[in-house]
Amino acid sequence: MDGANMALPLLQVQGLTKRYGPRIGCEEVGFDLWPGEVLGIVGESGSGKSTLLSCLAGMQAPDEGAILWDGRNVLDFSEAERRRLLRGDWAYVHQHPRDGLRMGVSAGGNVGERLMAVGARNYGAIRGAAIDWLGRVEIGPDRIDDRPSAFSGGMQQRLQIARNLVTGPRLVFMDEPTGGLDVSVQARLLDLLRGLVRDLGLSVVIVTHDLAVVRLLADRLMVMKGGRVVETGLTDQVLDDPQHAYTQLLVSSVLQV
Amino acid sequence: MSDYNFAYLDEQTKRMIRRALLKALAVPGYQVPFASREMPMPYGWGTGGVQVTAACLTPDDRLKVIDQGADDTTNAVSIRRFFQRTAGVEVTERTAEATVIQTRHRIPEHPLTEGQILVYQVPIPEPLRFLEPRETETRKMHELEEYGLMHVKLYEDIARHGEIATSYAYPVKVEGRYVMDPSPIPKFDNPKLAGNPAIQLFGAGRESRIYALPPYSDVVSLDFEDHPFTASKADHHCDLCGAAGSYLDEVITDDRGSRMFVCSDTDFCNGRQAEGHRGRLAAAKEVA
Repeated sequence: MDGANMALPLLQVQGLTKRYGPRIGCEEVGFDLWPGEVLGIVGESGSGKSTLLSCLAGMQAPDEGAILWDGRNVLDFSEAERRRLLRGDWAYVHQHPRDGLRMGVSAGGNVGERLMAVGARNYGAIRGAAIDWLGRVEIGPDRIDDRPSAFSGGMQQRLQIARNLVTGPRLVFMDEPTGGLDVSVQARLLDLLRGLVRDLGLSVVIVTHDLAVVRLLADRLMVMKGGRVVETGLTDQVLDDPQHAYTQLLVSSVLQV
Repeated sequence: MSDYNFAYLDEQTKRMIRRALLKALAVPGYQVPFASREMPMPYGWGTGGVQVTAACLTPDDRLKVIDQGADDTTNAVSIRRFFQRTAGVEVTERTAEATVIQTRHRIPEHPLTEGQILVYQVPIPEPLRFLEPRETETRKMHELEEYGLMHVKLYEDIARHGEIATSYAYPVKVEGRYVMDPSPIPKFDNPKLAGNPAIQLFGAGRESRIYALPPYSDVVSLDFEDHPFTASKADHHCDLCGAAGSYLDEVITDDRGSRMFVCSDTDFCNGRQAEGHRGRLAAAKEVA
């Protein structure tokens, strides 16, 4: 990353609003995301965090607001540009690996798809990259020709991450990446994610209701309730010294073992 | 003649199909929707091809119909008789003499010339369909030229079989733009799609789509740099006419493992035999 990029936030979100008829999805959400930064969005079910993420990633059109990427409003992009962004510089890790993977295609094909989508036409090179990335997410090279349906839930999620990161995106959206996994697998996945984020200098927007996940991964935290951002700050600051009543409730509700 | 309108379809329907054909020729490889009609034959028997042929035929045309290269199989015979009865056009089995050729699964071996029309019967026109079941999504992919998925299929082939095992309906890119399914012709025929002097029309009746290749179109079979496209065929000579370079059918001749390879293009094979060429088993056939 060069100096010029460091001076500008990677992603600027301003006054983002999405309504479902009279109901509010999310309202007046704004933040800046800097290169290499991990932003956690937490809140209870129905707080608007998933709506926000799908608006950011271009899956839904927000009613108001702007999303600036490299200084340009993504909402003004043509569909071709937007989709090119989604398979190049951006990546989206779904909560359920089934939504993000092609279940009928081998692991190698899943990882290679994004490469082929951006023009790779050398089988050997694609396969090499697939083996490399499977290795980085701790999937053995002997599993490259197996279909995801033969993988465990944790492996599927790791495969989805490899598939998304293979083209070297600069910004990754994650929707509850550890949801549905048992705790020991969760811990390994988080460890892996933390390493990848640090090694690759990724910027990440991660949505979760699990405070432990953001404690481990996120630099900054945004707490949402009823579609609005109620508190924002450094992760440790928000979790250790919550100011808003809802954040205090959230932090105190974490089960202690 | 018959009580039917010339070539069965009414004139307004033929106009509608011709408009679709013109659009298809103007945008090579693009699938043009058209209002496909019910035809007096089941889907899968060539209802799309029959409608395109009906829209192209004039009383002066000479029609040839082939099915898997052969003039004498059920599908070919019934469609040929259909147009003899409803259009009263001349028919022929000779590729060189035909002006309109309706085909299922083959391109004739005899080189086509300017002025000829080759009509293909297409079961599923969308090359991306088995990878992406949503029509809205595949249309968007064509619109934005997102064809990476097509290579995923070829990748899977190599990963499983060590080579591109797709041997028919092999996807092609037309004029550097649209990826097209050339109908289930063997990939041996793919090179003949490119730079062909004849007009090539594709009709899919059930799916209501028409697409086309104008004469001398640029058609490239998709492949990988390190696994290039090869037009493959059975590694034999024709057992009847001895041809080395024609596409062959394998015919099981008894229940003890005997087999013979014969040209799938019957007109080509008969023509060569008439010229005196003989294959390995030709004598045996004559004795029998």
